[in-house]
Amino acid sequence: MADLTTEFLGIKSPNPFWLASAPPTDKEYNVRRAFEAGWGGVVWKTLGAEGPPVVNVNGPRYGAIYGADRRLLGLNNIELITDRPLEVNLEEITRVKADYPDRAMIVSIMVPCEEQAWKDILPRVAATGADGIELNFGCPHGMSERGMGAAVGQVPEYIEMVTRWCKQYYDKPVIVKLTPNITDVRKPAAAAMRGGADAVSLINTINSITSVNLDTMSPEPSIDGKGSHGGYCGPAVKPIAMSMVSEIARNPDTHGLPISGIGGITTWRDAAEFISLGCGNVQVCTAAMTYGFKVVQEMISGLSQWMDEKGYTSVEEVVGRAVPNVTDWQYLNLNYVAKAKISQDDCIKCGRCYAACEDTSHQAIAMSSDRVFTVIDEECVACNLCVDVCPVENCITMEPMTPGEVDPRTGKAVKKEYANWTTHPNNPGAVAAE
Amino acid sequence: MSSPQNSPMTPGIAAGRLPQETLADNFADLHAPYAPHEAAVAADRCYFCHDAPCVTACPTDIDIPLFIRQISTGTPEAAAKTIFDSNILGGMCARVCPTEDLCEQACVREIAEGKPVEIGRLQRHATDTLMAKQSHPYQRAPETGKKVAVVGAGPAGLACAHRLAMHGHDVTIYDAADKPGGLNEFGIAAYKSTDNYAAAEVDWLLGIGGITVKTGMRLGDNLSLDDLTGCFPAVFLGVGLGGVNGLHSEGEDKTGVRDAVEFIAELRQASDLATLPVGRDVVVIGGGMTAVDAAVQSKLLGAQNVTIAYRRGRNAMSASTFEQDLAASKGVRLMFNLQPTAIYGDGDVGEIELEYTSDDGSGLKGTGETIRLPADQVFKAIGQTLVTDGGLELDGRKIAVTGAGRTSRKGVWAGGDCASGGDDLTVTAVAEGRDAAMDIHATLSA
Repeated sequence: MADLTTEFLGIKSPNPFWLASAPPTDKEYNVRRAFEAGWGGVVWKTLGAEGPPVVNVNGPRYGAIYGADRRLLGLNNIELITDRPLEVNLEEITRVKADYPDRAMIVSIMVPCEEQAWKDILPRVAATGADGIELNFGCPHGMSERGMGAAVGQVPEYIEMVTRWCKQYYDKPVIVKLTPNITDVRKPAAAAMRGGADAVSLINTINSITSVNLDTMSPEPSIDGKGSHGGYCGPAVKPIAMSMVSEIARNPDTHGLPISGIGGITTWRDAAEFISLGCGNVQVCTAAMTYGFKVVQEMISGLSQWMDEKGYTSVEEVVGRAVPNVTDWQYLNLNYVAKAKISQDDCIKCGRCYAACEDTSHQAIAMSSDRVFTVIDEECVACNLCVDVCPVENCITMEPMTPGEVDPRTGKAVKKEYANWTTHPNNPGAVAAE
Repeated sequence: MSSPQNSPMTPGIAAGRLPQETLADNFADLHAPYAPHEAAVAADRCYFCHDAPCVTACPTDIDIPLFIRQISTGTPEAAAKTIFDSNILGGMCARVCPTEDLCEQACVREIAEGKPVEIGRLQRHATDTLMAKQSHPYQRAPETGKKVAVVGAGPAGLACAHRLAMHGHDVTIYDAADKPGGLNEFGIAAYKSTDNYAAAEVDWLLGIGGITVKTGMRLGDNLSLDDLTGCFPAVFLGVGLGGVNGLHSEGEDKTGVRDAVEFIAELRQASDLATLPVGRDVVVIGGGMTAVDAAVQSKLLGAQNVTIAYRRGRNAMSASTFEQDLAASKGVRLMFNLQPTAIYGDGDVGEIELEYTSDDGSGLKGTGETIRLPADQVFKAIGQTLVTDGGLELDGRKIAVTGAGRTSRKGVWAGGDCASGGDDLTVTAVAEGRDAAMDIHATLSA
């Protein structure tokens, strides 16, 4: 069984699965249960400045979207940072860290954009013995209206400034948590790096309205007939998060900056994908909020089994392995040709591939009177829609054509050489191939 | 629990073998309706197939993927409209269709996992939801002034009458029984049509308006086809199969030997099942749904030993595998390759003698080897026969029809069990009645 021990910014944890700063990590009771369940670390729910704590709404805080069988695919929330007194949180963090020295304990912080506010809280956090801090520059609701959270994360200059203060007044690792509610995630990441951040974590939640109550005509979750956008998370945001992670990982300015991956991680496979895109570890919230802390057991066993099968002996070996293969569209090989292939043995004859292709794509699937579905190679552009809508995994596959074979669609032989858009004759800006 | 006067072991034919509470449990809904959550989970399993095989398998061509999607989006009423558009008796069909041989057998998830989407129960969920609102969902077209006679108020006749009424025609239904419904009312096991569903469905169906029901009118008795064709430009016959085949065995006239259909009808109409007599040792002769319905209900009434004796092998049984399993699960013994030869007893039935059969390809023959089973009640369920009138051409033992139920006689259509073609199923009868109605409408509108 592969050793999942990870060292992220010098912080050791028995596995790469941390609980993200969120309701599951709001207090000692939950965090102790999480550690007992096997989580490698936690990012304690965001602390605010000394003084009367924030208050939360007294109605629904969460909204959801579902897949079949009411499987929760996306969750949004309008909860704020911790609404418990600072001192209580600090005492609990101290106790839990002392009892679980082998687990990572990171403290999330969000105080106003004033140097003194950070100067005040950082020594108190340091005194807990926690392993590091995470700066919450991502929370998109409530706190952002007060000039914190995403309001900071959307201004690279502020990110850099606050990060610098933290590095100045705190001597353990500083992780900057980024908001996805921006146009180019590379900018805030670079700003964090300039400020001296040891790592970035992403993504925080996405501005969202999950549903509208059609009786009351108010967004959900509704508070007395009104709703506000919340922060969206869960499996539905994973593709967005992975794209942003990959942007930072492959950007020359930020390449090599440690990343803690967040966004809809639900299974070991999700985690492995984030890690392959450059994350040194991952943070999880919605999966735990949906299924309880026990889900980590599947993540641990699954990642370990997969690493054994692949011959990886440490998580570190996997980090960033897929990054070199993330590229721009213009560099994709236009000479690569594939065709869909339907396994008649696996086909259950639902016809969804046919409907999708016939109605919305390239009319490249034939349907016989006895419901045998076959690909028309002359029409198939290998778009993959049939694969995506097929209910049976691996029933339809994309088979690459061998160089030299004639593509029945174009009548031309498949070329062996790599060629992309930058040199394509149809590209007005094409450069001559070298 | 009140103790009954008799028990399963009481000799002879006796009523009250089981306590009232047990009888109530035994005759409760065979397929209980879905709770809303169950319906949501079941509906989510549908793949919304293209040109779906389940639709092809449905004799009434209900758009099943659409109605299931409508359930899954929280509009079971719209789902019910989708069902009723094709099959106005969709509520009863949801209860009695052999779905395991029709839509659910064709379901791609049956192929994929051996567990089809539960289309029948979903259909019931939708139709029950709409019908509970007590609203008849269709409006009649402006009256055409055209009159049509429908003979038989069973599934075929009701479907035909409803479709004709919808198109503005004035329909009179004649039925031999004292109330409408046909086999839905008289010929289906009680646990498939609980809470007087068949009658409630007829009332709901008649909510379309424009349909008059006249009961106690039997074709060939106080009703003649010649008179009808004289008064109506179009006549639809949905008379079913009114006669019952005999055993032609020695001793068939003994007390305790009766037609299974009569027993089933009596049971359906009984207001108190504890008053219904049933034998201690019951033998049912036959291999169809009627045999199973009679056997299972005998068992549920408290008969100690119930046996179905069928002259061919299991595979030849017209009762579905589901029905066979249902019978077995209720404790009915299924015996195959046995045909009755004699019934013994002193006035009352006491024993039945059965001979083993074999078929070497030249037809079924007795082997000469016999067995005797104790029997104080013998039910004959070996098929029903057509009773007709008016010199219609026959195709075998049924009224010959072409196209959408056209008989050999101009202006006379037929559908359901009495007409040639199609299986003897409620859903087939509905399809035939509906299609004949459309043909009649086209003819009258021409």
